[in-house]
Amino acid sequence: MHDLWTRCNNCRRILYKQDILDNQSICPACNFHFRLSAYERLEMLFDEGLYNLLDQNISPEDPLQFKDSIKYSQRLKENQKRTKLQDAVLNAEGTIEGIKVVISAMDFGFMGGSMGSVVGEKITRAVELALKERLPLIIVSCSGGARMQEGVFSLMQLMKTSSAIARLDKAGIPFISILVDPTTGGVTASFAMLGDINIGEPNALIGFAGPRVIEQTIKEKLPKGFQRAEFLLQHGMLDDVVDRNNMRSYLVRALRLFLNRPE
Amino acid sequence: MSEEKDFYKLEKEIILFEEKIKEIQSSEENNKKEKIARLKKEIEKEWARIKPELTPSHIVQIARHPKRPYTLDYLDYLTEDFMEIHGDRRAGDDPAIVAGLGFYKGRTVAFIGHQKGRTTRERIERNFGQPNPEGYRKALRVMKLAEKFGFPIVTLIDTPGAYPGIRAEEQGQAEAIANNLKEISKLRIPVVNVVIGEGGSGGALAIGVGDAILMLEYSFYSVISPEGCAAILWKDQKAVTQAAENLKIGAKDLLDMGIIDKIISEPPGGAHVDYEQIFKNVDRHLNPTLKKLELRSPEERLEERYQKFRKIGVFSE
Ligand SMILES: [Zn+2]
Repeated sequence: MHDLWTRCNNCRRILYKQDILDNQSICPACNFHFRLSAYERLEMLFDEGLYNLLDQNISPEDPLQFKDSIKYSQRLKENQKRTKLQDAVLNAEGTIEGIKVVISAMDFGFMGGSMGSVVGEKITRAVELALKERLPLIIVSCSGGARMQEGVFSLMQLMKTSSAIARLDKAGIPFISILVDPTTGGVTASFAMLGDINIGEPNALIGFAGPRVIEQTIKEKLPKGFQRAEFLLQHGMLDDVVDRNNMRSYLVRALRLFLNRPE
Repeated sequence: MSEEKDFYKLEKEIILFEEKIKEIQSSEENNKKEKIARLKKEIEKEWARIKPELTPSHIVQIARHPKRPYTLDYLDYLTEDFMEIHGDRRAGDDPAIVAGLGFYKGRTVAFIGHQKGRTTRERIERNFGQPNPEGYRKALRVMKLAEKFGFPIVTLIDTPGAYPGIRAEEQGQAEAIANNLKEISKLRIPVVNVVIGEGGSGGALAIGVGDAILMLEYSFYSVISPEGCAAILWKDQKAVTQAAENLKIGAKDLLDMGIIDKIISEPPGGAHVDYEQIFKNVDRHLNPTLKKLELRSPEERLEERYQKFRKIGVFSE
C-alpha cells in the first residue's frame, strides 16, 4: 500500500494517514483507537506537547543470560534501535492545563510493553517523585505482562511497584491509571489496577490472563466483548471508558477534583 | 533436544524403598526401627547417585509430585487446633486457598496456603490449586484479621498459577492480586512465606511475599510456567527443559539472586519420600524466622519489607 494510505484494523476502510494522525490516531470512520507509542502518548497528554523526560539513563541488563531463538541482549538491542527507547516505559514531568503532573507511559512496541527490571524501577521512581514533589501521578499502561527473559526479577517488580503505590495512600497523592490496548498479566495484576481511578480507552483489551490462554484452558470460545474496556466497566473494574479525544479534558476534571481545586 | 529421563523413572527404586518403609511402619513386625533405618540408608545411597543429575525440569517435576505434601499436611503437623476460616464475604469461598488460625509454638498464627487435591475428585474441587479472585480476597481478609489481633502470618505457596477463566476475569483476578500486593506491603505484623511446591507467577505472588521468603530445596518460583514460556518463546511445548533452565527458577538460583532468604533442605528423594522429615525441617527454620521478625517494631518491619523489594532488579545507570 502507498505510504500515504493505510487500512483501519477494525473497519478495514482505506484511510488517508494524515487524517488518522490529525485525529489522535483514531479512525475517523469507526472510532478505532490505534496504538500510540510512548512518545506520542506524552505529546498528546501534556500542554503544547511539551514535557521533560526523566530517568532516561536507566537501561536494561540481561541478568539471566537468557537465550531462546536469539539472545535476550540481542533482542534488547533490536528493540532499542527500532523504538528509540531504552525500555518499555518513559517517565516525564510537565503540565496538563497548567497542573503539574508526573506521567509514566508504556510502549507496546518495545517487547510487547513487558515489565522487567527497568519498567519496575522507572514506575517506582515515578511514584517516588510524585511522593517527594507531591504531584499527581498518571500511568498509561500498555503491556503484555511481566518480561519472561528477566525471570523472577520481573515477577518481583509487581510487588515493588505495588508497594510504592501503597505509599501514595498515606500521603494523599492522587494516582490515575489509564489502561490502553492491551494491558494484561503482571502489569494489570499490579500498578495498573491500583489507581484511585482506573480508566480505559474504548475497546482496549484488559485482563489478567490472555484470551488465548483462557480459551485453551476452558476449551470454549470467549463471548464477544470479553475483557474489553466496556466489559470491565460493566463488571466494576473500571471507573470509566474515555475516548482519546476526551482524555485530556477528563484528566483535567479528575485532577481538579482530586486536588480540590475548583476553577 | 536433550533426551532426559523423567523424574518418575529416576526415583523408581526410591519409591519401592519408601513403600516398604510404610508397610513396615503399619505392621506388627519386630525390629521395625532397625529395618526402617536400613531402608533409609538405601534411599540415601540411591539419592546420592541421582541428585547430581537433577536438572531444572526434574526439580519442576518434584515440586509438582502428586505425592508431595500440601498445605494442609503441613498445618496438620505444625499447628494445634487449626481452625479454617471460609469465604471472602463478597462472592464465595475458594477451596484452592485455605486460611485460618492455629497455635504454633505457643502463639496464635494466621496460616494461608494454596491447596491442591490428592484424589481426582479432590483435585477438581480444589481446582488444581489455581485460585479465583475470592481466594485472594479471603486471604486478604484473614491477613487483616491477623493484623487486628497482632498475629503473625505464615503463607504456604503451592500453585500452578491464578486460574485463567471467564468468571475469574469478570470478578477481577488482576485486581485481587494487585490489591493483595499493595495491602501486604502495609501489614503491621510479620509475614513469612514458605514456597513448598510450585510458585506459579502472580497467582503465587499474591500470597507469596512478605518479610522473609523460605523455599524448599526442590520447589520453584517463576514468572511463568516452563510450559508457558516454552510455548511462547520457543513456539514448542517440548522446549520445557530449555525454558526451565533459562528461567532460573530453583531455590539455589533464587538465593543467589537475593530474592529469597533461606533454603529448607529436603530429605533424600524429596519431600514426598519422608513427610515427617520435611515437616521437621520446615519447623526448624520457620520459628526462628518468625521470632527474629517479632523482635522488630512494626515501623522497622514495614521499612525493611519495602526496601527488600525496592532493591530487586538488575539494570544499568
Ligand atoms: Zn475504522
